[in-house]
Amino acid sequence: MRDYTQPLEALETMLRIRAFDEKVDELFAAGKMHGTGHFYVGQEAVAVGIISALQEGDVITGTHRGHGHALAFGLDVKKMAAELLGKASGYCHGKGGSMHIADVGAGMLGANGIVAGSMGIVCGAAWAFKRRKEDRVAVCFFGDGAVQEGIFSEALNMAAVWQLPVVFVCENNQYAMSLSVNRGFANARISEKADGYGMPGVTVDGMELVEVQEVAREAVDRARSGGGPALLEANTYRYLGHSKSDANLYRTRDEIKQWRENDPIGRFVVHLEKTGDLESGGLKAVEEKIYTEVEEAFEWAMNEPEPAPESALEDVYA
Amino acid sequence: MPEENNNAAREITYREAVREAMQLAMRSDESVFLMGEDVGVYGGAFGVSRGMVEEFGEERVVDTPLSEAGFTGLGVGAALVGMRPIIEVQFSDFITHCMDQLVNQAAKLRYMFGGEASVPLVVRTPGGAGTGAAAQHSQSLEAWFIHVPGLKVIMPSTPYDAKGMLLAALKDPNPVIVYEHKLLYNQKGNVPEGEYTVPLGEAHVSREGEDVTIASAGYVHGYALEAAEALAESGIECEVVDLRSLSPMDDARVAESIEKTGRLVVVEEDVKTAGWGAELVSRIVEGESFYALDRAPARVAGADVPIPYNKNLEAHIRPSPEKVVAAVKSLVNEKVGVYS
Repeated sequence: MRDYTQPLEALETMLRIRAFDEKVDELFAAGKMHGTGHFYVGQEAVAVGIISALQEGDVITGTHRGHGHALAFGLDVKKMAAELLGKASGYCHGKGGSMHIADVGAGMLGANGIVAGSMGIVCGAAWAFKRRKEDRVAVCFFGDGAVQEGIFSEALNMAAVWQLPVVFVCENNQYAMSLSVNRGFANARISEKADGYGMPGVTVDGMELVEVQEVAREAVDRARSGGGPALLEANTYRYLGHSKSDANLYRTRDEIKQWRENDPIGRFVVHLEKTGDLESGGLKAVEEKIYTEVEEAFEWAMNEPEPAPESALEDVYA
Repeated sequence: MPEENNNAAREITYREAVREAMQLAMRSDESVFLMGEDVGVYGGAFGVSRGMVEEFGEERVVDTPLSEAGFTGLGVGAALVGMRPIIEVQFSDFITHCMDQLVNQAAKLRYMFGGEASVPLVVRTPGGAGTGAAAQHSQSLEAWFIHVPGLKVIMPSTPYDAKGMLLAALKDPNPVIVYEHKLLYNQKGNVPEGEYTVPLGEAHVSREGEDVTIASAGYVHGYALEAAEALAESGIECEVVDLRSLSPMDDARVAESIEKTGRLVVVEEDVKTAGWGAELVSRIVEGESFYALDRAPARVAGADVPIPYNKNLEAHIRPSPEKVVAAVKSLVNEKVGVYS
């Protein structure tokens, strides 16, 4: 897991997530990547803000928009790039791809291609921690669309009944593919649903890293000390389409522009300049370092060998 | 088979055998727990876990909210971090709620993650008809799951196998779905007291014979044995193979039997179309044992209808020993082709 005690680490990771998904977008456009990809660009403050409140031993589950969660958790850029390119040296040896990156041993219990699919899984990890009296917390990332699935209710209810050490983090990026929250909910204030399950619910500005870190710390500490689960709703926005094949017909350029002007990285840079952790104009050097790192990771991955065809028949059963 | 005569002439019910397997596993392995609806003080809808909460406490025999998808998912997550969950789905019909968790999560995670994880989850569920409980409490949906790589599906027909196979499932690193049958729970059989395992994926010959092979699994394996007994009186000796595991499926053992008998009748309780018997017959006819067949294989299966409520209607669409006898007789009496 990354160590976020240095504020610059948070900045670097947000940039790493952005650079990574911009690179993936570019590779799709150039026809150098197959399958599909769901970009996290714009949402960086959520994954980094939440995960910076965790400690070694804690676990997370991601979503199909999962590159940000994996990178924030500290997964290796090179092995992720290799997986997206389907290479043998990728995290899943070319069998998972963008939507299934995992490092279970390290506590990243997997991105998940099924919306809300990991909400029960995260309860299982938390249940095990509680039963074994381990000092560990499980965090479940999911989108606003997942709240419309049945297992959302089942998971929150179980976690609350058993007071599991879980933090449910809804990344409300305003759209489930093309369905806006206003069309998908009669009550679009997702955090209010927590009340019905008997747990605290908080809405936070998901474009403001420092605020996300604060509510995350509170919820994670509470869960760790036996206080039970919480539901956090982080309001955020994906700048790019739902996936690489999205023509963005359901939202306006103006809307996207407005959110971009509220950029989480830009806002955190202003914060760092105020605290003196980053000199004015210092962003450029950090950007250069991170974009180079990501560029080199993909370059390396491009030259990695393909998996042996016979390996397609392996790993079905242990 | 000699295995059933090992160290005990003790008779217990299928229900007790399943319970004993869970108790032994939970006593020897702290990571095993049982979770499901009404499994605690109530003792499970079919009484299988009766008394267990008293021994193991509510933390290991866990009553859940009515959330089959949720607690199956919980089982997947707990398994991923080193636990050994036994999830009870109260009626196998309710497994429809769990499809995403079983098909997209439990079965797939290991493969999707490139072999870097495993999901040692056991799902126990009572299936089958014959109780007059009608269409939503009587189904046999086991064939659905043999279509999903990554899952194992077992259907023990005797108390001996119920205990030994459940203990094997609890040591298996893969997700295993155990189909029990409501009508089996009260059946008695010889069961040794201590721990023993019956390997998953190995069929068992429960009666030897020369004339016809009857392959079956689960509760209707009893119908096959009854039919074989009746047929013996008319001089037809059936070899009865109890598959026990549907995935992996031991078609090699069935093929071996066909080499001897030349005839195959499959007896299954699920609906005939795309049932597990269709898979078994396909494997036999596309393999070498096709040439050992003197006749086309026959299937005795449930009719392609939901299970009706009325007892007579229900009996009409289910397999029965009489239907098995009729199928065997038609194979034996059928005239050999003119070219033979």
